[in-house]
Amino acid sequence: MSSSSTTTAFAGSGSPLRQQMRSLARHRLGQVGIAIAILLLAVAIFSPWIAPYDPAAIDWNAILMPPSAKYWFGTDEIGRDIFSRILWGARVSVYIVVLSIVIAMVLGSAIGLVASYVGGWLDGLLMRIMDGLLAFPMLVLALGIITVLGPDLNNAVIAIALVNVPSFARLVRGVGLTIRNQEYIAAASTYGASPLRIMLRHFLPNASGQIIVFASLKASTALITESALSFLGLGVQPPTPSWGTMMAIGLDYLNYWWMSVFPGLAIFITVLGLNFLGDAVRDVMDPRLQGSRSH
Amino acid sequence: MLTYVVHRLAQLIVVLFVTSIAIFSMTALLPGDPTVTILGESSTMDQRQALRETMRLDDPLPVRYIAWLGSALQGDLGRSIRTQEPVTQMLANRFPVTLELTFLSLGLAMLIGIPMGIVAARRRGTNIDLTVGVLAMSSMAMPYFWLGTMLIMLFAVTLHWLPPSGYHPLFSDPLANLKLMILPVLTVGTSMTAIIMRQTRSSMLEVLSQDYIRTAHAKGLPERQVVLGHALRNAMNPVVTVAGLQFGALMGGAVVTETIFSLPGLGRMIVNGIFDRDFPVVQGAMLAIVLGVTLVNLITDLLYVALDKRLAH
Repeated sequence: MSSSSTTTAFAGSGSPLRQQMRSLARHRLGQVGIAIAILLLAVAIFSPWIAPYDPAAIDWNAILMPPSAKYWFGTDEIGRDIFSRILWGARVSVYIVVLSIVIAMVLGSAIGLVASYVGGWLDGLLMRIMDGLLAFPMLVLALGIITVLGPDLNNAVIAIALVNVPSFARLVRGVGLTIRNQEYIAAASTYGASPLRIMLRHFLPNASGQIIVFASLKASTALITESALSFLGLGVQPPTPSWGTMMAIGLDYLNYWWMSVFPGLAIFITVLGLNFLGDAVRDVMDPRLQGSRSH
Repeated sequence: MLTYVVHRLAQLIVVLFVTSIAIFSMTALLPGDPTVTILGESSTMDQRQALRETMRLDDPLPVRYIAWLGSALQGDLGRSIRTQEPVTQMLANRFPVTLELTFLSLGLAMLIGIPMGIVAARRRGTNIDLTVGVLAMSSMAMPYFWLGTMLIMLFAVTLHWLPPSGYHPLFSDPLANLKLMILPVLTVGTSMTAIIMRQTRSSMLEVLSQDYIRTAHAKGLPERQVVLGHALRNAMNPVVTVAGLQFGALMGGAVVTETIFSLPGLGRMIVNGIFDRDFPVVQGAMLAIVLGVTLVNLITDLLYVALDKRLAH
């Protein structure tokens, strides 16, 4: 805190992006968040090489073994190594979170851009649809989508993406509305810029900061939704290792605490890290939004 | 105020219209022959034909939607495909369970979250503030199903203090009911407590920096009276709003928590309905949840305006 004045003094050099990156690296909770995020990515990428065992290897001679030097986090009901499964589970989590947020971001931004640029009845219609979808609790809407598509890893991605579309759409539309009547937009269209060009070259860059902030805030919610779906048996299907599915099995083996504690810790630490990172990104990129974390 | 209420009601009707289309579309969007999807490959032609007729699959979509909405408005949400039980009947049995769970959780969250928020705001920057902040951050990062599992392990499996799961109707045996509700309520209420606490802390801090608080101090009022009498009242508005807006999240939490603790509420109804491919059941439960959440949001908005006289105009 005491270094805030020096921070601003140093931040004077370089492009805005570099300044932001620098202050993000100085944000105390941001540092923890970045560390956890990097660790998660590293584990996701390198899990085939760092996992001590094959995550699917069944060993009937080593079922329900407590944590030991041989099996750090113990083994499950069919003798699979829980530590290895958690490392592999990181892959599934990263895949689902990144893909679903990117899809939600692209679809939501597109809807928000069109709604704010075109305006009128189309804006009204699109936003009423978004309002309707926002009226569902996130998990309940995701469950509804899974009901139609069927439980499966990629369907979980689609469900989580669709659930997050409305909030991105509203965000981008809000930014679009504030700039649509500005003179440079009128100037651009007099010069013959096509609607698509105006949306992509003028509307989108204005919203990009907020989109990034929002995406980083949404990452942890996406992870929680994914693991909840998998926990309910409606997301990632066995034998693919996922933290949520591991916890669902753990619920049947309550006397073997390590089966539930470790996958849960993995989710907890990741969510905590993503929250720290999201808050830090928000503080750095958009100080106006401070304290507006939505859960 | 009246125009605001009318405006909000109109909004509510539009939102409910859109959500009803979304919920109806669930069966309309099913790929392939919905009767096969619902009844399975092994069903007979007669069974499929019967379902075709009850679902009015041969009618055009708008006609089906209007017929579905019409009966829904009259309280007829169809029957469960598995058990033939009327969906409205199922909802009447299960809604109270979910409501009890969510309201007890909300109550717990306010009971603990508000005092904690006040203390954190009064002791801003101290170790108490820091501890409360860390606790809040941690409980918000804890997934419901993990917390629930840990609570069962600790209080039911290890200490044998409380039953691990099950349900007694509230009115037949209130004590047994409450005993079974403790762990689920803790599960759903913990993250909510954190949210309420954070909101109380930040709106208390804002109010405490106002001029009239300084005046109250200057008048020589005791600290207790300034905080509880002057500040708290005005700091509560945003807290009430946040609590209301989080009702949807609570419902989401209830879905998972009911599954862990085998509570026969709306959440379990949806999850079981999905596994059974029992569409009327899933649709009915979703409709009930959306209706509940939208109504609570409406009440919250109106309360907010009613509490804050400045907004009444």
